[in-house]
Amino acid sequence: MVTIAVLEDIANDRMRICVSDNGRGIAPEMIARVLDPFTTSRTTRKVGLGIPLLKAAAEMCDGFLSLDSEPGKGTSLTVEFKHNHIDRMPMGDLTGTILQLVISYPEINWVFIYSVNENEFIFDDQLLKKELDGISLTEPVVLSFIRQEIESGYLEIQPAVEF
Amino acid sequence: MPTINSLEDLKRVREEALRKRDMMSASGQKRIIVGMGTCGIAAGARETMKAILEKIEREGLSGISVTQTGCIGLCEMEPIVQVQIGDSEKVTYGKVNSEIASQIVEKHVLGGNVFKEYVINL
Repeated sequence: MVTIAVLEDIANDRMRICVSDNGRGIAPEMIARVLDPFTTSRTTRKVGLGIPLLKAAAEMCDGFLSLDSEPGKGTSLTVEFKHNHIDRMPMGDLTGTILQLVISYPEINWVFIYSVNENEFIFDDQLLKKELDGISLTEPVVLSFIRQEIESGYLEIQPAVEF
Repeated sequence: MPTINSLEDLKRVREEALRKRDMMSASGQKRIIVGMGTCGIAAGARETMKAILEKIEREGLSGISVTQTGCIGLCEMEPIVQVQIGDSEKVTYGKVNSEIASQIVEKHVLGGNVFKEYVINL
């Protein structure tokens, strides 16, 4: 199970993103090293920039990145930004990204939480998958349903864009 | 806020999907794999993936599975899309933008003809 939470606390001018799983976890000695760009778990090459770049982006915006893990229990990554910081990168296509994750990794149970101040939208694909009972998520009607479900929930509470 | 609009909606969706699946010919499973490593995403793989999903949804194309993979070591050829029909060998396409992705679905996945112009010979 992977949970992605995007929490926009506009009242306090903070934006927090938490990604957590119930996977095998990361050993303490590895945790200390994953912020190093020259550490990676993959075998194709020796660099891994995802976490170091995310940390740099957060720290550039009065924020931080923290990583907690317990072997056998799971891992959770939290990154926080000052919401209106001029260097905070725009969100991009959040609903499209979530949809692609849900579709592409059907064996994972995805939970997407999006909140703006006190309003919250939760998408949990567990109920959906149980009901579908083995039908592919890329069947057009199912795909359409999931896309609309995520988009409508997101748009409903998305803050008005100010220019 | 409820997660699912209604259980009834979902049941309807399920039945419709089942019906479509039954109608599907025995042509075997069609798989589309999109390279979504950092290199792929930087080259526009999200847009490519989006175009494929949109085409499936818009045209009601049943029986196609779409999955992701990481970097396969051909970063300069990203976005990379692979197509596998049934048990046949995987065909790898390179520099696949939204427009080409749509044509690959049209010609190869639906039509059964390899879209030679964009094939990478591995």
